Amino acid sequence: MTSRPTPTSAHWDLDSYERLARDVASLRGRTPEPDTALRAFAESVLYREARLLDDGDLESWLSLMTADSLYWIPSNPTGGDPMNEVSLAFDDHRRLIDRVYWLRTGLVSAQLPPSRTRRLISNVEAWIGPDDTTVYVRSNFLLHEFRAGRQRILSGWYGHVLTLAPNPTVDSTLIRTKVIFLTDSDHGHDNLTIVF
Amino acid sequence: MTLTGEGVLPHRVSADRLRSLVREDRVHRLLYTDPSIFELEMDCLFGHTWIYLCHESQLPNPHDFVTTRMGHRPVIVSRDKRSEIHVMMNRCSHRAATVCRSASGNAKSFQCPYHGWTFRNDGELTGVPWPDGYAPSFKKSDWGLTQARVESHRGFLFATLNHDAPSLLDHLGPAATFMSQWVDRHPGSDVVLQSGANRMVYQGNWKLAYDNSADGYHPAFSHRSLLKMAGREGESKDMVYFGTSPDEGPMTVQDLGNGHTLLDQRPAYCAPGTTSPERGSFWAQQRVGPGRERLEAVIREKYDDADVLLDLTVGSQMNLNIFPNLLIIGNQVQVIEPLAVDKTQLTWWSTTLTGVPPEVNALRMRHQEDFPSFGEPDDQANFEEAQRGLAIPEVEWVLFNRGFGIPGRQTLDADGVQTAPVTDELPMRSYIAEWLRQLECAP
Repeated sequence: MTSRPTPTSAHWDLDSYERLARDVASLRGRTPEPDTALRAFAESVLYREARLLDDGDLESWLSLMTADSLYWIPSNPTGGDPMNEVSLAFDDHRRLIDRVYWLRTGLVSAQLPPSRTRRLISNVEAWIGPDDTTVYVRSNFLLHEFRAGRQRILSGWYGHVLTLAPNPTVDSTLIRTKVIFLTDSDHGHDNLTIVF
Repeated sequence: MTLTGEGVLPHRVSADRLRSLVREDRVHRLLYTDPSIFELEMDCLFGHTWIYLCHESQLPNPHDFVTTRMGHRPVIVSRDKRSEIHVMMNRCSHRAATVCRSASGNAKSFQCPYHGWTFRNDGELTGVPWPDGYAPSFKKSDWGLTQARVESHRGFLFATLNHDAPSLLDHLGPAATFMSQWVDRHPGSDVVLQSGANRMVYQGNWKLAYDNSADGYHPAFSHRSLLKMAGREGESKDMVYFGTSPDEGPMTVQDLGNGHTLLDQRPAYCAPGTTSPERGSFWAQQRVGPGRERLEAVIREKYDDADVLLDLTVGSQMNLNIFPNLLIIGNQVQVIEPLAVDKTQLTWWSTTLTGVPPEVNALRMRHQEDFPSFGEPDDQANFEEAQRGLAIPEVEWVLFNRGFGIPGRQTLDADGVQTAPVTDELPMRSYIAEWLRQLECAP
C-alpha cells in the first residue's frame, strides 16, 4: 500500500485556530475600497481554481494549497467556533491530501458515478492583507452538480486568503485559507462528497 | 387508553397483511417502498412507542425550547419556569398553524402568528384575541396544546402519545445500562449537544439506516475507500479490524430487547482476557486528524491523565441503537428522521464535554468530522442503491439470515440479551420483530 505523500502538515495547533478566526473576521467584516486591478487579479486566481475543480483535476488543485493551508466548510452558516462546533469539512493540508486520495481510490460509492460540476463565481471583492503578502477575497458562488441522473444547485460564498509570491502572477499565487459558507450549511444535504 | 381515540388514525394496512410481510429471517421489500406502510409507521410507531426527541443539554435553562418532529408531527419541547420539560404538538388548537417556527430559542409563551392565540410554554392557552366573540361555553382550559408523555434517561429525552406505554426505563431495558456506560465514559463531565450537527439526507427508506446501525458485515466492503485511505497509516487504525475475518475477532452484535441493538467494537481495544479497553488505545488507533501532534503535545504537557483525556477525544466504539430513531455511535448522537417512504435525514449531533480542557473538545470535533466525511457517504450511497433495487416487484425479499439457523452461534444471558458474532444479522431480525409487534397492535 502506498504511504501518504509528503509533505504532511502536522502543524495545526491552537495558534492556527486563532489565525483562522482572524481570517474569518476579516473576510466577514470589511467592505474594502474598490481596487479594480486587484479584483481582476483575484478573479483570475479564482477562475483558474474553479476550472481545475470543474475539470476534476484534483491533483493540480491540491498543488494550489499551501503546506499550512485550511479548507473549511463550517456547519454554522456564520462560521462559528470550530474548536467547539463540528464542520462539514475541516481539512488541514494533510487531511486534504487524504480527501483527494480517498476520492481517487475508485472505491467511493458516493462518487460512483462521479459528480460533474460547473460553478459560477461573482460579486468578487479583494483587498490586501496587513502583511502585504496576502490577499483576502470574497465571492459568491452557484455550483451546479449532476450525478446519478439527478441535478441540483448549491449556493454560498467563498472566503479565500491568497498567498502572494514575490512579483506575483496568477500561476504563482497559492491558497492559504479557503472557507466555504454554504447558504444552508445547517440544514440537510444529500451527498456532499464533491470538492467545493 | 391512548391519547388518540379509536378510529382517529385512518389506516388500512391490517395486522395480517403486516405479518405476511415479515418472516424470521427476511422481510418483504414493501416494508421499504409501500407508502401506506410508511404512513402507518409515522402515525403509530413514531408516536405510540417511545421516540427520542432531543438531549436535555439542548435546553439547559428555564424557558428554553427546541422544535422537532415525532414522525410527521411537528412538536415543541420546552422547559417551563420550574425547569419541567413539556412536549407539545406544535399546532394551534384553533386553526392548526404551527405556533412556533424557530428551531430553538427561549420563550415564556408561543403566540400563533395566524390569529394570535397565545400558549404558555407548558401548553396552557392563556390568551385569545377579543374573547367576547366566544360563547360562554368556551373555556380556554379546554384548548391548550396537545401534550405527549415525556421521560428521560441520562439526559436523553423521549416522548410518546401512548399513555399506556411502559415506563421509559422498562422500554429501554438492558439498553439503559449501555446508555449509562456511554455517558460515564466521561467521569465528572456532562455530555453537551450544543456544537452543531451533520445533517445528511439520502433517497431511501429510514429503516435502511437502522438496518445498517449494527451491521458488522458491511464495513469491509461499503467502507473500502475509508479502509484503503486509513490503511496508509498502518494496519492498526480504527475500523481496519473489520477488514479481514471480523468474526474471528472479539467484537459482537447484541439484541438488547424491544428493538434496541448494540454493535460493540470495544472488545477490539481490550487486551486478551480483559474487559475494559486499554488506556490510550482509542487514541493510538484513531486516524490522524488536524491538530493531532500539536494538541497532543499540549495536553501531555499541561494536564494529568493525558491518556484518559486523549481517549475521550475518540469515539466510544459503541453503536448503540435505540429503536426506532436514536443511534448513539462514536461520540455522536444520531437521529433518524423519516421524511418520506424513500427519503430520510440522518442528523448527527456532535457532542462536547464539560469540565475538560479546550484542546480535548477541539480534537473531539475533528474526530467527529472523520466518519461523516469518509465513511457515511458510502453507506448512504449504498442505501440509495438498495432503494433502487427494492423497486423490482418480482424480487420480493430482503435477507437478514446471516447467522440464522446455526446452532450454538448465539448466546443468551440472564438479562435476555442475545449475543452473536459481529457480522450476524441478529440485530435486524430482532428489531423487525419489535417493529411488527408495535404495528400489529397499532391504534
